[in-house]
Amino acid sequence: MSLTKEERQAIAQEAARMPSPRAACLDALRLVQERRGHVPDDALREVASILGMSEAELDAVATFYNLIFRRPVGRHVVLVCESVSCWIMGCERLREALSRASGAPRGGTSPDGRFTLLPIQCLGDCDHAPALMVDEDLHREATPEGAASILARYP
Amino acid sequence: MKPLTGLIPRSGDALPLADYAAAGGYQAVRKALGEMTPSEIIQVVKDSGLRGRGGAGFGTGLKWSFVPAGPDAPRPRHLVANADEMEPGTFKDRLLLEGNPHQLLEGMILASYAIQAEHAWIFLRWEYRLAARRLRAAIAEAAAAGWLGRDILGSGWSLDLRLHVSAGRYMCGEETGLLNALEGRRATPRAKPPFPQASGLWGRPTVVQNVETLCNIPHIVARGPAWFRSLGRGADAGTKLYGASGKVRRPGLWELPMGVTAREVIEGHAGGMREGLRLRGFLPGGASTDFLSAGQLDVAMEFDAVALAGSRLGTGTIVALDDRTCPVGMVLNLETFFAQESCGWCTPCREGLRWAADLLSALESGHGRPEDVETLAELAASLAPGSTYCALAPGAAEPLQSALLLFGDDFRRHVTDGRCPYSLRAAA
Repeated sequence: MSLTKEERQAIAQEAARMPSPRAACLDALRLVQERRGHVPDDALREVASILGMSEAELDAVATFYNLIFRRPVGRHVVLVCESVSCWIMGCERLREALSRASGAPRGGTSPDGRFTLLPIQCLGDCDHAPALMVDEDLHREATPEGAASILARYP
Repeated sequence: MKPLTGLIPRSGDALPLADYAAAGGYQAVRKALGEMTPSEIIQVVKDSGLRGRGGAGFGTGLKWSFVPAGPDAPRPRHLVANADEMEPGTFKDRLLLEGNPHQLLEGMILASYAIQAEHAWIFLRWEYRLAARRLRAAIAEAAAAGWLGRDILGSGWSLDLRLHVSAGRYMCGEETGLLNALEGRRATPRAKPPFPQASGLWGRPTVVQNVETLCNIPHIVARGPAWFRSLGRGADAGTKLYGASGKVRRPGLWELPMGVTAREVIEGHAGGMREGLRLRGFLPGGASTDFLSAGQLDVAMEFDAVALAGSRLGTGTIVALDDRTCPVGMVLNLETFFAQESCGWCTPCREGLRWAADLLSALESGHGRPEDVETLAELAASLAPGSTYCALAPGAAEPLQSALLLFGDDFRRHVTDGRCPYSLRAAA
């Protein structure tokens, strides 16, 4: 058993509120991810069985989304906006600075497991470009020079 | 007149329910449920001339009228607020969600009543964390005040409203992809017809509307269609959230009368281009709209006028291209986005966009061949509406085809020079 009893109950309860159980699958995946950082195979299998889906069906949904992680990530996830307005305003230099300061390559995790650095599509903050998120926090008008001090807030 | 944003506190806080109510908030629900039939509301919205603010500009009242009515019509019915704002260059719904969540809820209640829906959903992108917190709080407040739930205002009509937080995929903003996502499936598009108004969520009648569209509804119901039409300057009714980003002096978002010119937005509100930069062109309404040239600044930012100029109003948030930013690099950025976000369901989109992005990448890095420019034009033409299931690929073709026309010399110079002519200047 990979899920706790409490987690299984929460998922089953959410499924019961929905017109069909599988409509709760994204919430269930997120519940798993919030506690483990990612969605491991054994947890995915259990969620699928609670929701009456095949593993393949649930994995097809999980892998569809940019923000459901099927592999381990660092303690903090850095999402760097790479969309058009942020690109015009210099997101590439920002990303390079974040990569240097964190030790994480684009799309990878730092050797100390502290940061995972991921590109993200438009964060909807184009009038404050370039923008990034660290975990749930939005950082606006970020500069390459300020990259290290943003990351320093996330031990 | 700023009906959509006038009440949003400058502090950055959300407008509290008490302040919203004191300014007349939820009175449109009282009026609708007390004095109006659902079909009367649909008629008022039709008469108002409101067109969808998500980008397509379809008549909102007309869309609602396609929902089957009468005692034998299929139930339950659903209303969905599309808050999956992921169009690159677009940041307008964020303000409405964060600044005045009750306005959206009131619009959703009215729209749900008009189509006699029992279920309403807000489909929100995960990245809008602040909006999620404020929407959850507002939904709880509205339910406690009796605006949501069972037997609203003793009318016998009930509405269950829920927040669905997505996990990042542009395809979820496409109407039928969104329906699949809400059902717990991959957000691949569905063939139309049947249209969602007849067969949507779980095969039941469903209306999907953009956040800004829904936020207009309380004001239209409260103040009437004539008032709403009078807000627009030209052919289109109401106000619109217009934005500008890129290297303008004051990037931002402004609620202005429908039909202001792009010049007023870029040169007036955004203060023009930054020192030493010249405007070369602009995307009028997000990544999936054709570039317009700097010579087209006087186009009225309304649906038909922008279409006549060769683009689309889209989301009304302008992305400005300056003369020191490489147009090929910008199009490469856009097509890389579309290629990544293609759901892979149909071949022209899955293969064509990747191919286009690869060609652009070669060009930008100085490895392009002369025939690549023609191949890009052919690709853009072959991704036109009708060759794919949904509008993602045709949308992706728009900035590509227009860039080839407007900035053709730049594409060719990348080939002849064997490098990006902007790269040295950009590094300076």
